[in-house]
Amino acid sequence: MNLFDTFSLVLFPYIAVAVFVIGLAYRYRKRGFTVTSLSSQFLEGKSLFWAVVPFHIGILVVLLGHLAAFLLPDVILAWNAAPLRLMILEGMALIFGLATLVGLAGLMYRRFTNERVRAVTTTMDVMLEFVLLAQVVLGVWIAVGYRWGSSWFASDLTPYLWSLVTFSPEVSAAAAMPIVVKLHILGAFLLLFLVPFTRLAHVFVAPLHYIVRPYQQVIWNWDRRKIRDPRSGTSVR
Amino acid sequence: MDVRSQISMVFHLDKCIGCHTCSVACKNIWTDRKGAEYMWWNNVETKPGTGYPGKWEDQDIYKGGWEEDGKGSIRLKGAGKPKSLTNIFHNPHMPTIDDYYEPFTYKYLDLIEAEAGDIQPTARPVSMITGEPMDIQMGPNWDDDLSGTPDHARKDPNLEGLSEAEQEAMFQLERMAFFYLPRICNHCLNAACVASCPSGAIYKRGEDGVVLINQDVCRGWRMCVTACPYKKSYYNWNTGKSEKCILCFPRLESGHAPACMHSCVGRIRYLGVILYDADKIEAAASAPESELVERQLDMLLDPFDPKVIAAAKANGVADSTIESAQKSPTYKFVKEWDLALPLHPEFRTLPMLFYVPPLLPVMASVTDAIDDERRQKIHEIGKKWSDDWIYDTSIEELFGTIDDARFPLEYLANLFSAGDVEAVKSRLQKLMAIRLHRRRETVGDIDEAAVDKALKNVGLTGRRANAIYYLTSLAKFDDRFVIPPAHREQAIEMLDGDVGAVKGETGFGFKRGTNKRGA
Repeated sequence: MNLFDTFSLVLFPYIAVAVFVIGLAYRYRKRGFTVTSLSSQFLEGKSLFWAVVPFHIGILVVLLGHLAAFLLPDVILAWNAAPLRLMILEGMALIFGLATLVGLAGLMYRRFTNERVRAVTTTMDVMLEFVLLAQVVLGVWIAVGYRWGSSWFASDLTPYLWSLVTFSPEVSAAAAMPIVVKLHILGAFLLLFLVPFTRLAHVFVAPLHYIVRPYQQVIWNWDRRKIRDPRSGTSVR
Repeated sequence: MDVRSQISMVFHLDKCIGCHTCSVACKNIWTDRKGAEYMWWNNVETKPGTGYPGKWEDQDIYKGGWEEDGKGSIRLKGAGKPKSLTNIFHNPHMPTIDDYYEPFTYKYLDLIEAEAGDIQPTARPVSMITGEPMDIQMGPNWDDDLSGTPDHARKDPNLEGLSEAEQEAMFQLERMAFFYLPRICNHCLNAACVASCPSGAIYKRGEDGVVLINQDVCRGWRMCVTACPYKKSYYNWNTGKSEKCILCFPRLESGHAPACMHSCVGRIRYLGVILYDADKIEAAASAPESELVERQLDMLLDPFDPKVIAAAKANGVADSTIESAQKSPTYKFVKEWDLALPLHPEFRTLPMLFYVPPLLPVMASVTDAIDDERRQKIHEIGKKWSDDWIYDTSIEELFGTIDDARFPLEYLANLFSAGDVEAVKSRLQKLMAIRLHRRRETVGDIDEAAVDKALKNVGLTGRRANAIYYLTSLAKFDDRFVIPPAHREQAIEMLDGDVGAVKGETGFGFKRGTNKRGA
């Protein structure tokens, strides 16, 4: 195992996860004002649709696919046992991967050509877009060039990832992967590393709790019971 | 009975002179920041006109407010749980900056620093977003005083339901009339912005009903911009957060009137507490369109009723707030005197800002003096002004002018009563009767019996008419703004314990500076 492998497959993943957890918790609690999607739809809403929707849907499906292979490798392998089902899974993955790529390219084109959007673009935005682009290109490349990734991810990389989780790194399988795959792993942890410092934080405040909350919200500054209680030192009558 | 208190507002439209002082006062305090330049938490529109953002009242375009769901209840028109979550990447009904206007400034320095030459230097307009030179297309009050009528006034969504002839009559040069409509956030009881916020960042304060957006919780999902039918929730393109009128709560909490109200030149604005029954919100908001106004007014409670007082106390409303409710000018205008109406009740948000509809553009009907028959109806006073056209402001036929209005009542009804002409008419008749009564008292040239009949017809006594006259025309600062003590110090002690820790934290702004965008 060379230095690059040690860094990218063991050291950096731990650094990235630590920075991600501590950084995001700090930002959420102490700098909540900066946690936002930073949508630019208000400045340009028409062409955005054709880029932002394929990008988000694409990357969500692909992300969930990776998560499924990590959490439920046996299910994925069982599904892939029949060639037709394998083809369907891989085909879907590629389609959504390409949607992500096309969407991202569109988003980048819009960001660099629209004057108004450029006015709200930060260095971090640009950097993040290029890291994402590299990551998505690598992903599509792997999907096309190194077939049946869903199977070899579940059988070879999932044990590697779990070995990281249990603090007993076992990298031989990952180290034997082609360089493209290694870069894709490095890119994944780099993105995780970047979450606390970029707009990516908005992924982790996705408003799923909206589904269960009542529509109207009333918040009282004072305690309604105590405020009229003469025994309470702070009652106002 | 779930009694809550709401700080509500009344705008007396006959008194508005359209000077925009309120807008400027608000802008100077709250929205003079990067990303907020285009926002006018308070703006003044000329009606008829398309307003700001353009045609904001047309919910076929903007999809704001609530609509009946056909099952006896209501749902958000353009947002809500399923729509907000599926449209979260791209909100198809969200207005963009061009629907408002691109904020601009001028390169003033060019005037000073230009080289000496034969041609006068000019200050070119530049965009406040990109900093690049631009052609100004639109401003927040581009249609002021009916300017650009073909593009603006004639496209007013409130003209719906008016016949072709009525519309034409409104825009004849000789008959043209308009009035001003100052608008701020309505601090609704059934707020669509609150309901639409996926993050749960928007809430109504229990103590005074002010609707606020928690800037630390807002994630910029932008649904409130769509959901608010009044378009009073604005997206700050720099911070990526939505902002709205906060009713100057830091001023309220220290006993001051909101800046827009304090600065009002025409003294058209009133502010005071109204107690209401929160149990009735849902039913009132879901009522059939023809009952909306009535059901909303029905929710407002009499602050002198011992049962209401007891229920309010049990619900944590302070005595000082109940006292304020008893002195409230808004309660008088809205409930006791039945003079004010909500703006666009058909949006079903139960807005708590009420308008006294304007009598002047309605009654100032111009009559062709050559028409003898109509001339006979005109009062002696009116005849003295006679040229070829007469402003008929005092007429023997007491309510003749209102029915014969040059400004169609249907138009006012579309604005203030979901199309119910009678609701507008009864209020205008009251205003007219008070005018006649005061004319009898001060000038004494009107027939006593006729005035008495006019007052009786609208259910007013001379004494009450005088009280309305007082609050309308003579009221002092403390009559117009009855602000309940906020008891903020107790609230902070109760919830946080450490009073010193929150010193200087109240208000709208950023403890960490505004120039940072995201991380």
